[in-house]
Amino acid sequence: MTELTRLDAADIAAKIAAKEVSAVEVTQAHLDRIAAVDHAVHAFLHVDTERALAAAKAVDDNAAAGLPAASPLAGVPLALKDVLTMQGAPTTCGSKVLENWQPPYDATVTQRLQAAGVVILGKTNMDEFAMGSSTENSAFGPTRNPWDLDRIPGGSGGGSSAALAAFEAPLAIGTDTGGSIRQPGAVTGTVGVKPTYGTVSRFGLVAFSSSLDQAGPCARTVLDAALLHEVIAGHDPLDSTSIDAPVPPVVAAALEGANGDLKGVKVGVVTEFAGDGYEPGVAEAFTAAVDQLRALGAEIVEVSCPSFDLALPAYYLIAPSEASSNLARFDAMRYGLRVGDDATRSAEEVMSLTRAAGFGPEVKRRIILGTYALSAGYYDAYYGSAQKVRTLIMRDFDAAFASVDVLVSPTTPTTAFKIGERTADPMAMYRADLCTIPSNLAGNAALSVPCGLSDGLPVGLQIMSPALQDQRGYRVAAAYEVARNAAQGGPLINRVPELEVAH
Amino acid sequence: MTTAELMDYAEVITRFDPVLGLEVHVELSTATKMFCGCSNRFGGEPNTHVCPTCLGLPGSLPVVNAVAVESAIRIGLALNCEIAPWCRFARKNYFYPDMPKNFQTSQYDEPIAFNGYLDVTLDDGEVVRVQIERAHMEEDTGKSLHVGGATGRIHGAEHSLLDYNRAGVPLIEIVTKTIEGTGERAPEVARAYVSTLRDLLQALDVSDVRMDQGSLRCDANVSLMERGAAEFGTRTETKNVNSLRSVERAVRFEMTRQAAILASGGSILQETRHFEEASGTTRAGRRKETSEDYRYFPEPDLVPIAPSAEWVQELRGTLPELPAERRKRVQAEWSLTDLELRDLVNAGAIDLVAATADAGAPPAEARSWWMSYLSQQANARGVDLGALPITPGQVARVIALVADGALTNKLARDVVDGVLAGEGEPDHVVETRGLKVVSDDSALYAAVDEALAANPDVATKIREGKHAAAGAIVGAVMKATQGQADAKRVRELILTRCGA
Repeated sequence: MTELTRLDAADIAAKIAAKEVSAVEVTQAHLDRIAAVDHAVHAFLHVDTERALAAAKAVDDNAAAGLPAASPLAGVPLALKDVLTMQGAPTTCGSKVLENWQPPYDATVTQRLQAAGVVILGKTNMDEFAMGSSTENSAFGPTRNPWDLDRIPGGSGGGSSAALAAFEAPLAIGTDTGGSIRQPGAVTGTVGVKPTYGTVSRFGLVAFSSSLDQAGPCARTVLDAALLHEVIAGHDPLDSTSIDAPVPPVVAAALEGANGDLKGVKVGVVTEFAGDGYEPGVAEAFTAAVDQLRALGAEIVEVSCPSFDLALPAYYLIAPSEASSNLARFDAMRYGLRVGDDATRSAEEVMSLTRAAGFGPEVKRRIILGTYALSAGYYDAYYGSAQKVRTLIMRDFDAAFASVDVLVSPTTPTTAFKIGERTADPMAMYRADLCTIPSNLAGNAALSVPCGLSDGLPVGLQIMSPALQDQRGYRVAAAYEVARNAAQGGPLINRVPELEVAH
Repeated sequence: MTTAELMDYAEVITRFDPVLGLEVHVELSTATKMFCGCSNRFGGEPNTHVCPTCLGLPGSLPVVNAVAVESAIRIGLALNCEIAPWCRFARKNYFYPDMPKNFQTSQYDEPIAFNGYLDVTLDDGEVVRVQIERAHMEEDTGKSLHVGGATGRIHGAEHSLLDYNRAGVPLIEIVTKTIEGTGERAPEVARAYVSTLRDLLQALDVSDVRMDQGSLRCDANVSLMERGAAEFGTRTETKNVNSLRSVERAVRFEMTRQAAILASGGSILQETRHFEEASGTTRAGRRKETSEDYRYFPEPDLVPIAPSAEWVQELRGTLPELPAERRKRVQAEWSLTDLELRDLVNAGAIDLVAATADAGAPPAEARSWWMSYLSQQANARGVDLGALPITPGQVARVIALVADGALTNKLARDVVDGVLAGEGEPDHVVETRGLKVVSDDSALYAAVDEALAANPDVATKIREGKHAAAGAIVGAVMKATQGQADAKRVRELILTRCGA
């Protein structure tokens, strides 16, 4: 592993800007790293060497011509979750049904990254259509956690989080519907941010649950996440749910937080997210993190959000309902997999055979769940009740944020579990998102920052902020990150075991 | 279905009361589609007016066409509806190959316009008020072309082709409340309703309203109840009704078909039926084993539509004079009897007469031209009056030339013939055909003298004071001048010459 792949995005960008290193060298170093370790990690579904090198060269040419850098991240490599479209490369969403599909258009997030001079290395593995918490639901095989290759890297964005922890990329894009950025961040010792719903365009993000899906930045440091956040966020007229408001000043907040002073900041500890089901090591790391925040000057109070206990069941009605409709388009008529088209079968039969063969068991389970929840006679009891719970959760957040600046909890109740451990028990799998789901239902901002190890595996601290106040979480996270690094002998990510390198 | 299984219409009416419900789909003539920037032009090579959004490609998102919302509100206002201060789109979920997302983005329980009415005037002048349940926005589907079957239907086809140019075209669906108590006039009421609605939409300039091209489509729900019964009977929904005449025929056919079944002790299946233009009958569509559950839920990719009271008021101000008001005004201004007005309406001549009057012609003259000579020409050519290749401005010019004495009525018809034949503007036709009134008295005197000389007996009678005899000389002079003389002036000259 060369030194270049160990650097943070901010450092890489600074070195490129200072012409200490070229973007092509940086990109090549990461491509080499992918070639060396991805056989073991399987973070990527598609690596586009030529495109990445061409993009890097364009950044170098730009600099050579004396032009200003396109953004503070110009020339920095990035791993893109395979749920966002990018022309000229496949977009599979981890599903057989889209195995060879090449989108004819770019997602807004992809466009913004390219316009910023960010070098897209390739597309990362994920649970099929972002449904899962372990990346085991990918049709193309699981991704492994660089901390322990027998364990899951979280999900659905396990490819993006593992790419960061394996030093295959300093930045990644994830999408978070119920925790798919934050939970993988927590179990891989990386930073994952779900911005306020509506602040990052969903145009070109293949929908799982439209009212919950939100793309966001993944990185190894809070500042890197903030830099990436400002590249991808902003109003997009192509997404009707996009909010026409200024991007919260998250980079400034991360820089301010790094000064290590949280005086005047009121932090609420969510009392519902503790107790049975929380691993002792996770609870200890969380308590230590709260103590650290207090030591930084923050005022700590306990806050009860009673409706949060209903979040998981409500989520498993709303998300599958929307998914059952969003995934109806995969019917073999226009693109993607087609099964059984032998000139004897009707279109309906081909649709049915294709969907039976193209979707994995978890996707089918959720389509069935959602179809049932929306059907006549059940709609009010299921979908309707779930929407009411959603309102109650928003009220809990409103009440809490009336008295505190941010809320904190463990990001996930346990550390990374073993591959295969929960595949036969969907309810156990679903509980991985217990603490992250409320912010998806309410639409507010939330992030996960590494907060120590439990039995050698990373634990995440979740920091939740009110909608459009994303900067609050960044400030607290940056302050905490600096203090924890100082107290525990450097960044947690440096303790990832060396991976076996292929030659 | 043979005619033996139909009940005589008169008998249907003595035994049953028909109940109607009409659903009209209108394709808006916006520049772009409902949720994307693709062209909304009719036709085009298959699959050329498409983009990721209207093809429902993964990751694509809809954005509501503001002009379509504006049209929907204007239609709602013109139908005397309330406009919802807040409403949403919903997803109607079902699988069909011509529907790219396998759900249709439509409005469900929150339509943009509701609770209105439309007054419909029947041929004899009777006015029926049809209550409007709702008018809501939705997107059209693509089109399937079934190849290889004998009938163009999916059954028996070898394969199907899909054209998504129409997918995402903005539609307004206008649904009536049940229409009861129309008795034997039910088929006529149905036709008149669609016809009145079509005129209204045309005046609003929101749609091409071409039934033949599918930009206006009517589904007719028909049921019968025994006279005096308290509950509605089971209804059928007839689709593929592609002309005003078909609306009337389809309703009438369903009444006679259902009556025959009910009279023989059978029961009506609630089903979708298709109108067969050639035979004037309806046939059952493919029967579904289970009733469709569309699993409607609010469209999460779109935000609610909340038209402000100010905006609605502003749009109310953009409503043109609607056809019914206009007819009332025109009748008063032109002093028309009810019958004269109806004739004008039925001939589709109101706009033409009005435009001719606007171009300076007296309304009575304008009406006379359009309703007699021009109507004859249209009939002879087998086209609508409006399709004649002459403009109201040209007709007005001809009328002005007659009023000035430059043309006789006979010459005026020749000029109109010239315009219809594509010979150019009226003045140009007058020039090239040499159709000027001979107003030079010396030239006329020569012709008069010649005619008197050729008819000495008649000349004598005139000189003896029998003025009526002058008619024969007038005829001779007109013939000699090929009709280009002013007959009145010729008569005066004859009488002068004869000293009478």
